[in-house]
Amino acid sequence: MVNSSLVMYEEEFERIKQLLNRLRIDASAKIVFLVDKNGQQIAGAGEVDLVDTTSLASLTAGNVAATDGLAKLIGEKEFSILFHEGRKDNIHISIVGQRLILVVIFDERSSLGLVRLRVRKISGDIERVLGDMEAKAQEVGVEEATSPFAEITDEDIDALFSE
Amino acid sequence: MSFINYAAREINVKIVFYGPGLCGKTTNLQYIFEKSSPQQKGKLISLATETDRTLFFDFLPLDLGSVRGFKTRFHLYTVPGQVFYDASRKLILKGVDGVVFVADSQEARMDANEESMHNLGENLRENGFELKNIPYVLQFNKRDLPSAVGVDDMYRLLNFKGEPTFEAVATQGMGVFETLKAVAKQVLYELRRR
Repeated sequence: MVNSSLVMYEEEFERIKQLLNRLRIDASAKIVFLVDKNGQQIAGAGEVDLVDTTSLASLTAGNVAATDGLAKLIGEKEFSILFHEGRKDNIHISIVGQRLILVVIFDERSSLGLVRLRVRKISGDIERVLGDMEAKAQEVGVEEATSPFAEITDEDIDALFSE
Repeated sequence: MSFINYAAREINVKIVFYGPGLCGKTTNLQYIFEKSSPQQKGKLISLATETDRTLFFDFLPLDLGSVRGFKTRFHLYTVPGQVFYDASRKLILKGVDGVVFVADSQEARMDANEESMHNLGENLRENGFELKNIPYVLQFNKRDLPSAVGVDDMYRLLNFKGEPTFEAVATQGMGVFETLKAVAKQVLYELRRR
């Protein structure tokens, strides 16, 4: 397959969670989370228990994908920021490192300007973690050491469908 | 493109139900949603028109349990089947791990089946995949209809690499879980191979 899997280890997960937490506080946001462009949720910070983050992740990715399509249609490379303004809550969506989507949900306690500023500041840090993740995945991939599925048996798979 | 999270010990994979308009892709997902336990499933999201035609996609997250201590999460998507929604179909195939092709068994829809399968091959290629390599399962839906074409004829027409093929009546649930199980198995085997 041409596309490689995204693999995340403990260390990078913690680093990303810390960055998201920092962003949430600095931007006075309610929820901050990171999704990959295929709609898989990676990590979140803030009041994530209050929303259905799985659905939010897939819809965000769909939204970004559709907007990407629109951009290409009019000859733009991408629209790197999407903003949805609601009566109480707003959603700020931005692309990080071409592969990830950073979502910030905020209300009147913050402002679009502040969110944009803080998002721009932290995006570089997240990109660096993403770079480390990819490098590590490649290294491990070469060694073929730690895939939890390398030794999966037919019985393991059948057991999933035993009901 | 699966996402393996060692920190949370979970793996997410994406499965797309493809096929011509009105072949029953959404019905497959609705049946899976109805029959799965509340602990297993998330919300079924349908981005559809007022007349219940899929506009962008349906989405259903499903937890199948653990393999070797890793939670397996399947994200099931459908595409809009109508021909003019091709741009949307292409987007939904991004990062796909496995495909179910739902074929409509009615004689009048055989051309539509072939056209949709051809379109699947093209759209996969544009996303960097090849139909002949990707985990792939074929479903002959609407077997209960009187105008259904014989299984052997459909097999000759649509099956091209000996992929697992299932007869189904998605409205009644026949063949739905068998299809899902077969594609999930292939995806997990593919993960083992990599």
